[in-house]
Amino acid sequence: MRLLAEWYDFRDLGNTIGALLDRIRDWGAPDWVPYVASGVIGAVAILLWTVLSVLAFIWIERRVVALMQNRIGPNRVGPNGLLQPVADALKLLLKEAITTRDADRILFWAAPVLIFIPTMVIFAVIPFGRGMVLADLNVGVLFLIAIGSTNTLAVFLAGWSSNNKYALLGAMRTVAMLISYEIIQVLALLGVVLFAGSMRLGDIVDWQRDMDVWLLFIQPLALLAYIISGAVEINRSPMDISEAESEIVAGYHTEYGGIKFGFFYQAEYLAGFGIAAIITSLYLGGWTAWGLEEWVPGWLIFLGKLYLVFFLYIWSRGTLPRLRIDQLMAFAWKYLLPLSLLNVVVAGGEVLVWREADVPSEVALPVIGAINAVLAVALVVGWASTLGHLRRERRPARAILTQEVGAILYEKAAPGPLRRGSGQA
Amino acid sequence: MKTEPFVINIGPQHPSTHGVFRLRLTLDGERIVDAEMVMGYLHRSMEKLAEERSYTQNIPFTDRTDYVAAMTGNLAYVLAVEKLCAIEAPERAQWLRVIMSELQRFASHSMAIGVFANDCGAWQTPVMHMFREREKILDLFEMACGARLTTNYMRIGGVSRDVPPEFMPALKKLIAELPKRMPEYEALLTENEIIVARSRGIGVLTPGAAMAASVSGPMLRASGVAWDIRKADPYAVYPKVEFDIAVGTNGDVYDRFLVRVAEMWQSIRILEQAVDMMPAGPIHAQIPAATVQPTMGGPSGPLAFRPPAGEAYGRIESPRGELGFYIISDGGPTPFRFHIRSPSFINLTPLRDLSIGMTVADAVVILGSVDIVVGEVDR
Repeated sequence: MRLLAEWYDFRDLGNTIGALLDRIRDWGAPDWVPYVASGVIGAVAILLWTVLSVLAFIWIERRVVALMQNRIGPNRVGPNGLLQPVADALKLLLKEAITTRDADRILFWAAPVLIFIPTMVIFAVIPFGRGMVLADLNVGVLFLIAIGSTNTLAVFLAGWSSNNKYALLGAMRTVAMLISYEIIQVLALLGVVLFAGSMRLGDIVDWQRDMDVWLLFIQPLALLAYIISGAVEINRSPMDISEAESEIVAGYHTEYGGIKFGFFYQAEYLAGFGIAAIITSLYLGGWTAWGLEEWVPGWLIFLGKLYLVFFLYIWSRGTLPRLRIDQLMAFAWKYLLPLSLLNVVVAGGEVLVWREADVPSEVALPVIGAINAVLAVALVVGWASTLGHLRRERRPARAILTQEVGAILYEKAAPGPLRRGSGQA
Repeated sequence: MKTEPFVINIGPQHPSTHGVFRLRLTLDGERIVDAEMVMGYLHRSMEKLAEERSYTQNIPFTDRTDYVAAMTGNLAYVLAVEKLCAIEAPERAQWLRVIMSELQRFASHSMAIGVFANDCGAWQTPVMHMFREREKILDLFEMACGARLTTNYMRIGGVSRDVPPEFMPALKKLIAELPKRMPEYEALLTENEIIVARSRGIGVLTPGAAMAASVSGPMLRASGVAWDIRKADPYAVYPKVEFDIAVGTNGDVYDRFLVRVAEMWQSIRILEQAVDMMPAGPIHAQIPAATVQPTMGGPSGPLAFRPPAGEAYGRIESPRGELGFYIISDGGPTPFRFHIRSPSFINLTPLRDLSIGMTVADAVVILGSVDIVVGEVDR
């Protein structure tokens, strides 16, 4: 079924805007008017969506994590506590904006703004639906990588300008982590670009729709690497090292309060949505869902997938403890980087063979998908065992039970592997 | 490149110092070059205050030293006074003391484990789950003595009151429930890859170093020394119940965690036996008439408890280690000297050696594994 290309068809907001712009043009406005108007409409729409989503997800995250933790969560302000995020935001707005005495005033004020911009700008190249992309850059993926890395600068500015030791430690950790994990991000995205043959996000989504397969099935290893490096970039457990509460209080934004802190908070959520949007577009088919997009607005499908991916990060935050910085770096350089590199090499080979042998995609893609799935499992397990992570002595043990008072059992052979309810004699 | 060490304060106001404990770390990057403990932010001069109060008035103080395990604090003190006056609590009171101590040990260890997971960076989830069972235990305490934290339950020669009739059924229900809950925690934490990675081989304390520093409790046992006052110098009715000493083999943070988990299982085991073996009878011993004398104003003045002149040291295995009260009496109504041998304070002594060479993140985890209560460190 073809889409109705009418302005009132809300399955495709791109059409609606297009009709509006056509009308403006029909009134005889100069060419730049619809051009600017479309930009303003898109930017305002994205801004509104992000603000509403962040407010909603503050509530959702707090309630969901509360469920995981056997508590109720915010339920006082408004029905079911729904107005809690609004109240929090108002409180942040009304608080005194303190600049500490020893802070570098200009940089201290610049950092919250600087961190906010890149997290917003990412959404410019994301296709929210058919034709619903603010700036359809032909180097979209490159743009994502470039913008994503400017976060580091803002975080470091915040940590440095606060003139606080916790903040500086947090900033140092962030820089070290982000630089390591950006390489992995790039490699993970490269696998996708190799297959789709384009860096335009719209083209990548279209490729997945045309081929009737999500890149999740073609590039599972790249997706895994991207999810992990995404968690590092948005400071989510178990990689929330740069603002590790139990160690360095709040990391780089320790000294920030009021709305400046609010900016960091919002930016953190936005970055999370950004990562989720990239995963959705590049690996999960974006706004398409095997024909469902003909019936349901594509942007709803997109948002549904995006929120599901974001939920994954909430879930891990409610469950997992935190790694140490050296473990995280070792994981990046010794584990994820070799795997990502191998993945790119394999993907390149596959695409080359596919093109050269001129196999139809209905045959080639399932084969490639199967090969890559097996390869992903084999590599993840194999590399872990090569590095010694699966060795027996690393498995959980249990305490020895004894009746012998005064005996010293240090470095005695540890008892067998842990059973459920083990300690009980 | 010329680098300078960097001094950072962990505490006294910090999310993971478990109170107002302060650690001054000298760092080289993330590595710790030196660690200095600064104590005394919660010093309330308990030992001196106790010299001005009667023996019975001192019992509430023992709630407030180790406020996470008030029952055991009470018990250690009354044992010392009983030793001084040669009073033997009746059998039922002894069993009640064992039940309360073991419930308290379970509650305290669950708190220790939950908070330790928090120090490892879990976002409150383990600690909230651990509070689930702790709440039920605190409900039992409330039933028995009206208070949840500062119990003030033990008395010289017995306990303050017998448990109400609804206490035993509630306790039996709880004991039936705990073995079902424990595997959940073990699945969440013991087998957690990140917890293992964060705690294996961190803060290793050898048995020699542990004994040299007079460390006691789960921290000593994690270093492989099978030493438990309940076995080594039995008190109350511990000789009548069967239980094992849980011992670690590596002395690292992970072993301290494992020992606590195993001790929680042993506490359940002791409670199961205690519920069956508890006799009926009085809950308070007859206090020898010689020790109860008028305080002032001649023979008709208010009566006070006056132990004979002498000294006594009462010690128990508190959830944190050997908790001892050393009391000297000069025959007056107040102690002449009142000393608390607090396990939290003494277990902290090897902290500097354990922290040097580790990272900031490790120092927090090591401090968490020592399981201090600052009320007891500073007294």
